[in-house]
Amino acid sequence: MTDQDSEPVGKQGNRRDFLYIGTGVFAGVGAALSLWPFIDSMNPSADVLALSSTEVDLSPIEPGQAITVIWRGKPVFVRRRTEQEIKLASETPSDLPHPESDESRVLRPEWLVVVGVCTHLGCVPLGQGSTEARGEWNGWFCPCHGSHYDTSGRIRKGPAPENLAVPEYKFLDDNTIKIG
Amino acid sequence: MSANKSNKSSTGRGLVNWIDSRLPVFSYMQKEYGEYPAPKNFNYWWNFGAILTFMLVLMIFTGIFLSMQYTPHVDFAFDSVERIMRDVNYGWLLRYLHANGATFFFIAVYIHIFRGLYYGSYKNPRELLWIFGVLILVLMMATAFMGYVLPWGQMSFWGATVITNLFSAIPLVGDSIVTWLWGGFAVENPTLNRFFSLHFLLPFVILGVVVLHVITLHVSGSNNPLGIDPKGPQDTLPFHPYYTAKDSFGLALWVTIFAAFVFFAPNFFGEPENYIKADPLQTPAQIVPEWYFLPYFAILRSIDFDIWFIDAKLGGVIAMFGSIILLFLVPWLDRSKVRSARFRPIYKWFFWILLLDCLLLGFVGGHPPSDHVFKGIEWLLFIDLGHIGTAWYFFHFLILLPLLGTVEKTKPLPTSITESVLNGDTSSSASAKSGGSM
Repeated sequence: MTDQDSEPVGKQGNRRDFLYIGTGVFAGVGAALSLWPFIDSMNPSADVLALSSTEVDLSPIEPGQAITVIWRGKPVFVRRRTEQEIKLASETPSDLPHPESDESRVLRPEWLVVVGVCTHLGCVPLGQGSTEARGEWNGWFCPCHGSHYDTSGRIRKGPAPENLAVPEYKFLDDNTIKIG
Repeated sequence: MSANKSNKSSTGRGLVNWIDSRLPVFSYMQKEYGEYPAPKNFNYWWNFGAILTFMLVLMIFTGIFLSMQYTPHVDFAFDSVERIMRDVNYGWLLRYLHANGATFFFIAVYIHIFRGLYYGSYKNPRELLWIFGVLILVLMMATAFMGYVLPWGQMSFWGATVITNLFSAIPLVGDSIVTWLWGGFAVENPTLNRFFSLHFLLPFVILGVVVLHVITLHVSGSNNPLGIDPKGPQDTLPFHPYYTAKDSFGLALWVTIFAAFVFFAPNFFGEPENYIKADPLQTPAQIVPEWYFLPYFAILRSIDFDIWFIDAKLGGVIAMFGSIILLFLVPWLDRSKVRSARFRPIYKWFFWILLLDCLLLGFVGGHPPSDHVFKGIEWLLFIDLGHIGTAWYFFHFLILLPLLGTVEKTKPLPTSITESVLNGDTSSSASAKSGGSM
């Protein structure tokens, strides 16, 4: 107790070494953990999360038309597909860059709801307006790096790795959906 | 402080002496910027340290005054910048100095870096000096990127969207990281706020690293066009007045060119699209970064193929960041003991090819990859040039530099700086002349 000679320094170290290391590790882990509030403060805040659902009135949309609504700050494409567009989408072969069936991407075949953000680097694809370029598969075309999407929002050609994302949504009644 | 007694220029006055004995700031300045023994053979490529210091101070100074007028909120940011341009006294001058200042800061730093590459300024014992320099470059790039977002124009918004989306290429955690960077589910007000905060902070971090850069420089001493060490006082000159004068002259020329752009072509380097307010629903036809990022942007887009399990998107991101990280390793990739390219007949050629390659990549980065380089030539697209340019960039650093260190036959070095300066150094006069164009 009086000095360190009372305990010879062995290969395993003495009690004082243990105390030094233990204290150091304890302080280090504590300091690292105390960083978490700062890091987490940069994540989406409660008010941002609270705005995470949007209701959309579908009644004014005619077959072949599409509207863009904002959900979580991003554009969401709501497209009322024509019979021919549904047919094109469901008859698509399965060897796609990101294979998904059309049925798995819609709740009701007439309505396609996708996030309007190109999965490559986040541009908004063209194709919502009837005069805009819709790409080779008559869906959407991203002007930034030339990705083509089909009438199910699936990537067919270009650098985008994935299909346009389908947000979580449900039909509140025949003419209203709730996204988020 | 007895050592100070011989130091006449910084002593003798009562107040200065009194402070200096308590905080030796005057004797420090005298030692590091008065007497600092600099090789006597600097050429004008050695002006850029002083020019860069000036640019950093200018950017911080104009930036602080701009921040007094700017509002970091998505609803007000664009208008507050327009207000600076139209209503704030001399606001147009502050903003044009700051915007063109970024451009000239990067011109100067790229010249400074290529100066270092040509004269081997990164070699033993200056590796750490070089590493601090590359670190400054990385910090400058982050600062410039975030600063460009602040005016909240179309290019601000979409540039921020594309660049932050790069992180989504990281496997597993990519999307969470992007959401964290944004503070939301898209580039929005939280993103703009944090970018403003960090854009304010980082220049002071740069300033700190610049101090480390200069301290390491003053420990190892400056390199010089011959790349040989000074052998004694006969090979050096005191920094003041010789190089303070030379730096002042170069700086005056530099500021003249800078001012010509600020006053006569302030939007020359700008993008007209950024005078349109950010619209999250409307992507511009072509998103291009500022010119100083174009080579990296070209590398990013040149990886349009999968490499084993790495998909094209992640591959492009790795290549782009790799092209910068590679610079940290240059002191160890270059195996040659000879510093200056004046005495490296093969490296000298590859240096110029690398410079052309970087310019080529910059050219490629400014055009859509699928466009034809020349009208009427079907088989040459910009993406092809991008492939070639990117491949050469990595070939230069990863294969050529290590290889040249062993296969290159270097020219004999002069025995001393003085001999070379006074006699034109017979053994290497030819190479010194041709290298003198650098």
